[in-house]
Amino acid sequence: MATVQEARQKMMELTGDQAIAYGAKQAGIDFIAAYPITPQTIIVEKLSEYLADGVIDAKYINVESEHSAMSVVIGASLAGARGFTATSSQGLMLMFEELAVASGMRQPVVMAVAMRALSAPINIHCDHSDFLSTRDQGWVMMMAENAQEAYDQTIMAFKIGEDPSVQLPVMYSIDAFIITHNMENVYTLPDETVSGYLGVRKPIHRLDPDNPMTFGPLALYDSYFEFRRQQHDAMMNAYRVTKDVFVDYERMSGRKYSPLKNYMTDDADVLVFAAASTVGTARQAVRKLREEGVKAGVSGLTMLRPFPVPEVIETFSKVKAVAVLERMASLGSPAGPHYMDLASAVYPQLDVRMYDFVYGLGGRDIDSQMIARCAKTALSDAEHKRPNEVRFLGVRE
Amino acid sequence: MTKRDYKPLAKLADLPEENRLVSGHRMCAGCGPAIIGRLATLAVPDKPIVINATGCLEVGTTFYPYTSWAVPWAHVTFENAAAVASGVVEALDKLSKEGRAKDAPVIAFGGDGGTFDIGLQALSGALERGHRFLYICYDNEAYANTGVQRSGATPFGAATTTSPAGKVIPGKQEWKKDLVGIVAAHHIPYAATSSIAYYRDFINKVRKALSQDGPSFIHVFAPCTFGWRFDTSQTIQLAKLIVDTRIFPVFEIENGTLKINFKVPNPKPVEEYLKTQRRFAHLFKPENKHLIELIQKNTNENWERLLRMEAAGKIF
Repeated sequence: MATVQEARQKMMELTGDQAIAYGAKQAGIDFIAAYPITPQTIIVEKLSEYLADGVIDAKYINVESEHSAMSVVIGASLAGARGFTATSSQGLMLMFEELAVASGMRQPVVMAVAMRALSAPINIHCDHSDFLSTRDQGWVMMMAENAQEAYDQTIMAFKIGEDPSVQLPVMYSIDAFIITHNMENVYTLPDETVSGYLGVRKPIHRLDPDNPMTFGPLALYDSYFEFRRQQHDAMMNAYRVTKDVFVDYERMSGRKYSPLKNYMTDDADVLVFAAASTVGTARQAVRKLREEGVKAGVSGLTMLRPFPVPEVIETFSKVKAVAVLERMASLGSPAGPHYMDLASAVYPQLDVRMYDFVYGLGGRDIDSQMIARCAKTALSDAEHKRPNEVRFLGVRE
Repeated sequence: MTKRDYKPLAKLADLPEENRLVSGHRMCAGCGPAIIGRLATLAVPDKPIVINATGCLEVGTTFYPYTSWAVPWAHVTFENAAAVASGVVEALDKLSKEGRAKDAPVIAFGGDGGTFDIGLQALSGALERGHRFLYICYDNEAYANTGVQRSGATPFGAATTTSPAGKVIPGKQEWKKDLVGIVAAHHIPYAATSSIAYYRDFINKVRKALSQDGPSFIHVFAPCTFGWRFDTSQTIQLAKLIVDTRIFPVFEIENGTLKINFKVPNPKPVEEYLKTQRRFAHLFKPENKHLIELIQKNTNENWERLLRMEAAGKIF
């Protein structure tokens, strides 16, 4: 696979939402379900413009709810189409039931999520409570840091989900407003490069009168468990396939992707673990810490599911402490969702000490000084062998 | 999408010889919905694609690793059969034009719980958007699959496990929802009611519905031996009695004009129907006699209303 030279990639000024719509356009989607919810709406608005201008040849269905958005996409996928939708916050919660069905029925639909706080109180700004709440529903899940990653993940999502050894739905996410609505320079591949890479969807099984099959049967204790086990195996295949896709995509685009984005981790004593747009802020914090003589690094999460256990073990094996940044409060839990994943990944092999920091709920800003303080606190807590407690950053007590 | 044009059938022998909902399924003896599934899928020569809401018809026919469906069939969840069918229809329209799939008529089945109640929003959305598919509501007047709980389709006075006939409250205290009225208000090309006692009426309505250039809807009365407490041999008899008492009028609304298909010139009193099922047994206690009178009055008023709608010509 030849790299498309930067000169042949078109640099466009796009918001995160627009970058996703542009990627979906190039990905040859057959079917779009659209339902408005802030701050995802620009994605489906942009796709409707493409449709109205004859730029895409897709079925575009304006549904009456997010629950139906996922339902019609599942239906279209069962018929053999490449389906896409996008949502956020309450919309993702409303379609929760269908998330487990999409993965249980092994339909490789793709969905973009603008990560937004959950009601109540109602709030339209960024946190990760919506996306992270769906982490056990059998979807391959990626988190994009910026508009460029959002564009690239849109294209990669179809390649991963439709792989014959995976056949799972794929969700990927961007931060509400911070990424959805901010304009960035995005390098886009030529149309023919993307269409050549993805082709048209070739479903393994579909609703076909010439070969009638039953989808979604009743399966009780003598078979249900095996269905779930097969989903687990598919998810393990997705780990391998996603890494292969990252390699192929780098060859094609020149842009490197990995399950864990490590920055200055090689000689680090303390890591900041973060996801989505905060990874960039964390890099800035780490540069300042290095100037102060603190050997800090950043581990930024790209692949949430399947969780990149080998990469985490390899990266965390060299450090004394990790400050885990969580943009979700896992209420009543001993720690947030990232911490629980990380702790499960490293235990019992590693002796690293991890400390949990909840930040930025409902769109509250986080800056590099706050992140630097987290890193120092984690390092100090580790040196004093203090226990972990969930701490809330920048909240008024 | 190719326009389909299925003419009325004259006799049962004209149906396809194969069976498309085959034997071996686990529906009850005397099950009304099973008959509906079988007749509807046989009604046209083309093999339809079936989308099934959660419910008796779904659970009873697809116990993995077995299936009774000899047609392409999918079940997703309880409330979204109309939404899933929307996706199938529109995807097939595109893919068949591109030679990537074979086009087929699409039928969605939902019970009364899945249609009157939890699936009403998805149904309304699909009807409003105008996808070309047939939605069949098999109405056994309760959540039979979960053990006969009250639904929006349960008739007034009926005892269910969540509207029992007690010492103070004599069964369900609300009237059945006018589902076909709601559906017809979407101004779709074709909406109808039918009862399995009149199989030719039902089959020809399926054929007419699948010939429409838009959404169509059939509300079929489906006796439930388990939920209503009657002998399994009496299913068809009950499906006939409810029409003969005018409790369940058989009519169709085609392009906005209502036609009553069976005029029932000499209707039987509602008691004739009510006395056949144990779910109504408490109504025959002396203190509940007025409830039967209420049901008779409501039946008469409903019939008069339909006659006025029929006489009015184009109403939608």
